[in-house]
Amino acid sequence: MMKYLKKTTALFLMLMLSTASFAQDKDVSVADTMRSNGRIYVVVAVVLTILIGLVVYLIRLDRKITKLEKELL
Amino acid sequence: MYKSWWKIAAILLLIYTVIAGFLSPVPKLQLLGETIRNLYFHVCMWFAMMILFTISVINAIKYLRGFQFKYDIYSRHYAIMAIVLGILGYSTGAIWAAFTWADPNSSILDNFKTIARDPKLIGAAIALLVYFAYLILRDSIQDIDKKARISAVYNIFAYAILFPSIWILPRILPSLHPGNEDNPALDVKNDISGNMRIVFYPAVIGWTLLAVWITTLKIRLTLLKEKKMMP
Repeated sequence: MMKYLKKTTALFLMLMLSTASFAQDKDVSVADTMRSNGRIYVVVAVVLTILIGLVVYLIRLDRKITKLEKELL
Repeated sequence: MYKSWWKIAAILLLIYTVIAGFLSPVPKLQLLGETIRNLYFHVCMWFAMMILFTISVINAIKYLRGFQFKYDIYSRHYAIMAIVLGILGYSTGAIWAAFTWADPNSSILDNFKTIARDPKLIGAAIALLVYFAYLILRDSIQDIDKKARISAVYNIFAYAILFPSIWILPRILPSLHPGNEDNPALDVKNDISGNMRIVFYPAVIGWTLLAVWITTLKIRLTLLKEKKMMP
């Protein structure tokens, strides 16, 4: 059962990847913004992802410390 | 989260900094080009460092006024975070200088000789080394009360040398770094346009709040540890 589940998931992932590559051939408005202006928006997206990742990590750490404080203090 | 409005403010300000920092128009400066956008990142590290050292010295003075142990912990952690920001400011400055001040026609060694001699860099190095010595001094004293008192007093002296070495000393000597020889940096006529300030000041606040956030996490962990050791 698990084997089939894995296989079908993999298949769907592949399909999604291929549709993504098809989509690039057409004129999609999102792709246009991301490609304009020397593709600086891509840099913004990358830096934002890193920043949000760090912030999520900090928030989780904060929550854990708050929990510890409630237990110990 | 514990008293979280300013943490949300920090996140929003940093997101704004990244978006506006890369996308807002900047003046076309000679030599610098697009690298002037580093103003929102490199310069903010130093501003946040100065603010955190200020918080550190305030807590050192608070400790000396009442000998409450928690202020010593605050003072130490703010100083450590400020040192981290200082190192980040120094290394980002090194990268920036490598592509703006360095002359591509001369050798790496020659460029290094010119840049390493710059008073702003030496001043910043002195300031950071003084604070490294603060940490060494702290950790070399065994007695907890003595450690806290001596390092609080040392912190005040270190703070007294911080601003002369990063602001006054470089300004009276010739330097490549902006903000020297009676030429203030952030000058609207020469250096940046007015709308860069709209990004720069929120960026300073955002980075500072992020640094304070990380510091408070470390402080809270240390307080928990102390509580566990001395119930």
